Amino acid sequence: MPKVLILFAHPALERSRVNQVLIQGVGDIPNVHFHDLYQHYPDFYVDVQHEQELLLMHDIIIWQHPLYWYSVPPLLKQWIDLTLEHGWAYGSKGVYLKGKRVLNVITAGGGHAAYEAGGYNGFTMHDFLRPLEQTAKLCGMEYLPPYLIHGTHRIDQAGAEKARKDYHTFLRALGAGEVDPEELKPLYYANDHRILNPVK
Amino acid sequence: MGDTLLFDAMIYLSAAVLVVPLAQRLGLGSVLGYLLAGIIIGPFLLGFIGEEGDELLHFAEFGVVMMLFLVGLELEPRLLWRLRTPILGMGGVQVLASTAVIGMIAYFTGFQWNEALAIGMTFALSSTAIVLQTLNEKGLMKSRGGQSSFAVLLFQDIAVIPILALLPLLALGHGGGGEGGDGHGHGGGAMDGLPAYVQTLLTLGSVVFVVLAGRYLVPRLMRIVAATRQRELLTGAALLLVIAVAVLMTLVGLSPALGAFVGGVVLANSHYKHELESDLEPFKGLLLGLFFMAVGASIDFNLVANNPVLVLGLVVALLIVKAGILFAIGKSFGMGLDQNFLFSLGLAQTGEFAFVLLSFIKQEGILPGDSVALLLVVVAISMAATPLLMLFNERVLQPRFGTREKVEQSRPADTIEEQRRVIVAGFGRFGAVVGRFLGANGVRATILDNDSDRVDLLRRMGFEVYYGDATRFDLLESAGAEEAEAIIIGLPTPEQNLMLVEVVKKHFLHLHIVARSFDYMDTYDLMDAGVLHIFRDTLRNGVAAAGETLKLLGFRAYQVDRHAHRFLEHDTNALRSLAAVRQDEGEYADMVRGTVSDLEQQMKSDLGPNTYPRDYGWDSESLVKEFGEA
Ligand SMILES: Cc1cc2nc3c(=O)[nH]c(=O)nc-3n(C[C@H](O)[C@H](O)[C@H](O)COP(=O)(O)O)c2cc1C
Repeated sequence: MPKVLILFAHPALERSRVNQVLIQGVGDIPNVHFHDLYQHYPDFYVDVQHEQELLLMHDIIIWQHPLYWYSVPPLLKQWIDLTLEHGWAYGSKGVYLKGKRVLNVITAGGGHAAYEAGGYNGFTMHDFLRPLEQTAKLCGMEYLPPYLIHGTHRIDQAGAEKARKDYHTFLRALGAGEVDPEELKPLYYANDHRILNPVK
Repeated sequence: MGDTLLFDAMIYLSAAVLVVPLAQRLGLGSVLGYLLAGIIIGPFLLGFIGEEGDELLHFAEFGVVMMLFLVGLELEPRLLWRLRTPILGMGGVQVLASTAVIGMIAYFTGFQWNEALAIGMTFALSSTAIVLQTLNEKGLMKSRGGQSSFAVLLFQDIAVIPILALLPLLALGHGGGGEGGDGHGHGGGAMDGLPAYVQTLLTLGSVVFVVLAGRYLVPRLMRIVAATRQRELLTGAALLLVIAVAVLMTLVGLSPALGAFVGGVVLANSHYKHELESDLEPFKGLLLGLFFMAVGASIDFNLVANNPVLVLGLVVALLIVKAGILFAIGKSFGMGLDQNFLFSLGLAQTGEFAFVLLSFIKQEGILPGDSVALLLVVVAISMAATPLLMLFNERVLQPRFGTREKVEQSRPADTIEEQRRVIVAGFGRFGAVVGRFLGANGVRATILDNDSDRVDLLRRMGFEVYYGDATRFDLLESAGAEEAEAIIIGLPTPEQNLMLVEVVKKHFLHLHIVARSFDYMDTYDLMDAGVLHIFRDTLRNGVAAAGETLKLLGFRAYQVDRHAHRFLEHDTNALRSLAAVRQDEGEYADMVRGTVSDLEQQMKSDLGPNTYPRDYGWDSESLVKEFGEA
């Protein structure tokens, strides 16, 4: 069974409307390990050794976070800078992450349309995620399409609950090996997978 | 005495070691324990101490001298200046009024006026030793009642000088009295025969000498001694200092205790303050203990048995009169009810100076020997009664009349009492910051404190405050320890903290314990007791100050920040591993030698710029190596 590691970054979870709901109970899903970065490192003092050990123990890495200024919240960037050391994660001796898979799970204020080519934001979500995609590739990891929850400003309680249900279904399938990462590769977003969109 | 010295020491120490812990366990305090031990080994029970009791008393009085030196060390001149009103006001009124009233009573019960005055002056004084020791033990020194008691005691110590000067004048041609200019001073006599103005000049000169020597000579001397790196020599120097002051003061006829106090105040700002404190502390403790035992042993139970009504009547009358006067003084100086109880009951006894004064009175022939013997018994019993009075105050008076342990809620019934999730035990400098920051986050804590003035203030500000000894199970229970989630422990002494931890671990296991510690040693103790969240007083502050300094020297702020973090982490880990092996004494001693006592060495190995792993993620050296060859 593939082991899934969620690296979660939200600087103000007490004010979150969506992520707060999404993460309720994720730790209970078999083969999924939930790791709350802002709770562990409020002072940005990332324990590199611990983080590297966690990475070694898992096969699928999820960066889950709200989209802030078309990018990741700062602690996640700090995590990347410090954990993915040269000589460990990349470079001629950096072989430890080879073959693992990475994807982003993102909540974004903007709707789907705003992130289409020529849309309100000018670029697609994939464009904004290029740096992360290449980071994964440099470390020999496979970068999978992101899982997106768009239009959070307009999501109500029921919408958040629905998003949570879908997300957990997806995670459970990943942890149980029912979703083959190979099947995700050709998709636009990971949540387009058939497990969440049964053919009518 | 020669070969019996060791035997005597064994008797005294075994009495102390056996009785004092027992007394403390019974909640009686150490002073009462020592007194009881003295009574037990004294001439009337086991008879281990006989005639040499008086001698012993004189010797042990040196403990009082040492205590006042230590009190002086804690009291910077500025603080003393702030206390001038209570010292002069309260102290002056107390001595004058008590002398007058007690003297009057003596006069109307048939004494001559001169005898009555001598008795009045003697019994106006209280016991510095018993009062300060008891207040310290209960952590009440800083409270209003404690401070006032201290002020009055200080004035009394000063008043002894003129009293000693006056006594010879009261010897109205009784038989053996007034051997010429026996001057003042009970031991010395070095200045006998000198003209009065020379004596006065010498007296003043020696006080000036103590002040100047304390400022200029002593620090230099200590530096020289410290340079030898012989620990015992430092202790010796500290002892020498106190003894020398005492000898000098006795020579010129001043109270040695007062001289030691002045010496202490002068040294309060010196570098060697803490060195002196830790060196003298055990001596003081043992000598005071010896002193209390000697007092216990000196109670003449034959005399009591022959005139039980008279003796006890005198003691009770004395206590009532003195306490009454003190209470009136406390009231007119605006003291709250329970601080006033502490103050007036605490100082109601007669003190160790009475032993000196009474023997002087006998020697001058002012009073006949049998009267003096009777009065001595009254003094000793009144001293022995003090811890009992304090206990009575604590258990009976305070709960009834003092600041209520809990304020009755007088809120409208419909507001639901929000649940208090945190208890803050001790609202001193540490607890206050904790409480404020919790409050700033909307967490209203329940506060436990034993300073009634502070309690009143906090209550006026609308806090939920329980008054009393936070280590008491019933107080914790009524403060809601059952429902709370966490307790912050910030009591004034490590011992109290540890005691509270034990109570919490025993009765309220569900509470998270967050404790403040003072230094390495009590941090280990807290770790051993199973406390997970320990905040060492000066650690974070010290690291922050060093960090700030590094920034001033041009270090990058973020680098300093990260190094500080690493330092704290390291320090905590080092302490943890040390606490873990501490059980094994031998290994512990080695570890301490290697890491703690040799602090300088430790820091060298800890913080050498190359000994910590760097943040390799931010390192581009290896990148240059691998990709740099163009
Ligand atoms: C500082 C900040 C920057 C943001 N930048 C973006 C952005 O660039 N694009 C976007 O679609 N939404 C943006 N948002 C909206 C957040 O993505 C959105 O509020 C969040 O995903 C909602 O999730 P939550 O309820 O768990 O916080 C931003 C919000 C904040 C606070």
